[in-house]
Amino acid sequence: MKHIISVLLENRFGAFNRVATMFSGKGFNIQSISIGETEAPEISRMTLVTSGEDKIIEQVVKQLNRLIDTIKVVDLTQTSTVVRELALISVFYQKATRAEVTNICNIFRGNIVDINNKTLTLEITGPPAKIDAAINVLMQFGIKEMARSGAVALKRGEQIKDYKKETTFSQL
Amino acid sequence: MKKNKLLMKGAEIFFECLRQEKVDYIFGYPGGAVLKLYEQLYDVDFLEHVLVRHEQGAMHAAEGYAKATGKVGVVLVTSGPGATNTVTGIADAYMDSVPVVIFTGQVSSHLIGNDAFQEADIVGITRPITKHNFLVRDVKELASTIKKAFYIASTGRPGPVLVDLPKDVINDSCEFEYPDTIDIKGYKPVSQGNQNQIKKAAEMIRNAKRPLLYVGGGVIMSGGTNELALFAKENNLPVVMTLQGLGAFSGNEPQSLGMLGMHGTYWANMATHNCDVLVSLGARFDDRVTGNTETFAKHAYKIHVDIDPTAIDKNVIVDLPIVGDVKHVLAELATELNHPPKVEAWWHQIEQWKEECPLDYENSDGRLRVEYVIEKISEKTKGEAVIVTDVGQHQMWIAQFYKFVNPRSMLTSGGLGTMGFSIPAAIGASFGIKDRPIVSISGDGGFQMNIQELITAVAYKLPIKFIIVNNSFLGMVRQWQELFHSEKYSFTDLSKSNPDFVKVGEAFGLKSFSTSSPEDVEDLLDKAFAYNDGPTLIEFKVVHEDMVFPMVPPGSSVDNIIIKRLNTKQIENL
Repeated sequence: MKHIISVLLENRFGAFNRVATMFSGKGFNIQSISIGETEAPEISRMTLVTSGEDKIIEQVVKQLNRLIDTIKVVDLTQTSTVVRELALISVFYQKATRAEVTNICNIFRGNIVDINNKTLTLEITGPPAKIDAAINVLMQFGIKEMARSGAVALKRGEQIKDYKKETTFSQL
Repeated sequence: MKKNKLLMKGAEIFFECLRQEKVDYIFGYPGGAVLKLYEQLYDVDFLEHVLVRHEQGAMHAAEGYAKATGKVGVVLVTSGPGATNTVTGIADAYMDSVPVVIFTGQVSSHLIGNDAFQEADIVGITRPITKHNFLVRDVKELASTIKKAFYIASTGRPGPVLVDLPKDVINDSCEFEYPDTIDIKGYKPVSQGNQNQIKKAAEMIRNAKRPLLYVGGGVIMSGGTNELALFAKENNLPVVMTLQGLGAFSGNEPQSLGMLGMHGTYWANMATHNCDVLVSLGARFDDRVTGNTETFAKHAYKIHVDIDPTAIDKNVIVDLPIVGDVKHVLAELATELNHPPKVEAWWHQIEQWKEECPLDYENSDGRLRVEYVIEKISEKTKGEAVIVTDVGQHQMWIAQFYKFVNPRSMLTSGGLGTMGFSIPAAIGASFGIKDRPIVSISGDGGFQMNIQELITAVAYKLPIKFIIVNNSFLGMVRQWQELFHSEKYSFTDLSKSNPDFVKVGEAFGLKSFSTSSPEDVEDLLDKAFAYNDGPTLIEFKVVHEDMVFPMVPPGSSVDNIIIKRLNTKQIENL
């Protein structure tokens, strides 16, 4: 099963590497990973999409917690969450199909951000499944190239205010 | 009032930090990137620098010191090859949770990434084998980084922490202040276990018919051996120990069933297989312990006490996890368990297993065997020596035949299985422990893997007893070849290519002896133990083809335990 894990970590040299090294060393898979600064510049938020049996995911969360540079680790899968991804998709068009591509872009509430004599570049934002759907329907025109950002996610409602280490396991 | 701060050079700050951390020995080897620190050493009188002959030796020495004393081992080496030579030792310390702080020199900050002379990305290289590591980028961060390094290495589940020191950082100056407290946002090790879980565990043990304590190295690291002794003895609970757990509970106590696992005693393994409540204390369900995880203690309700949450449910799914320091948890368990379980029938069964398959070996043919040598060393030292093993058959025989009575007496490379561990680790232990004999026992293979460190023992006049049990084979590999690889003894026969160990010992300046006769064993041990002005070496030439039994084949269930040497047909059916 797919899991979205949100990690607050020190915005420090090598911190991201530690996470990546741990994943490869333990043989966990990563479907996507995205990272950026938070409102506190010394802290970054990393959003990881991974999949596996519950036992594996439990280990993923524990191993992430174990890293000294991680401050808080939350598996967002079972919580009410806003998940967004951005894709830039460069699609071939001809005179006859240009309107249709534009139309599809509108249906997905995307923007056309570039055009040349052969391709249109679409910017589409939304949950990963919506991006998948857009890609599926654009496939018929031929996709020249594309870039996906990987998912970013935040829990709905309450905000994470304190940066204390997740205490779930110490309560065991 | 604001403290007066002094302007100090990085190198001065470095040693001032070590002084504050009460470091008394550092194991090291000089080189270009750390020359400034070695220059500064001239003005340092509160610690002794031990010069090894290879950086791997420094690492194992620091491990031996840390394992024997419980204090943090400290290593200082130069950049590039100096740093990469420590890698095996760091991986070893990581696997066995040994608190070591490794300081590596690094090329100057402005040269990092330029393929400068003796540059290696040691922080990148050691990321997966350290508990944490640091590259100090500014002399202002030096003191706080060293403080953090010692704190991380020694708290929670201990482990190695590496600090990389660029040359310019140790040359630069800043105002020095050693922080009193430490606050690492992402690192808050727990110590107290959850009360409700402990109550539940006590209830399960109280109602158990066949309880068993499965004890690992965590009990020794937490300093919880007295709590364990009280708990096990007052409630008459049988205790099985892992390789790292040996010494956590005295082998002389009737509750001790010895080691469990691949080469554990028959009765320890049968007890594990048949218990109804298994209490794991600071152990991690390693594959050498469990064999087939599906069948490991399959009838048991499993309680797992560990300070590291990642150890829980990693290899074997348990019923009741308790995350906390095992010393605290044991003390609370003892209070909660107000009356002991009824275990008479259980003990009766265990005694039967002991009678069925006692630990024994062939000793009627007059040939010298490792088991005999170990028994004699055990008798001679009354189980009170610090035994530093290498890796292989002799290591398992020590686990079986040496009666450990104290914690921190069995220093061994368990997780990584590093040949060449014994000589340097014994040297480290010898600096830390002065009131008990240090005995280093190696096979002929492993002895040659860090043989250069013999001169370190001679130079510092360390009264270590170096024992080689020489069967002219890489014995454990040979055993697997016989059992599992069609008796193809591929590259394990050293009989034509071993050096003359007595001459080697003498060349290094050790009093050296050799024998192949069981009759000489006690006499030579007496000679070696009587000499304490420096190290001694005894080579015991033993039977070539002996195998360690019992053996639970890898990945197997206890049902498949091999008690004795098999004939060819039995081997084919394995």
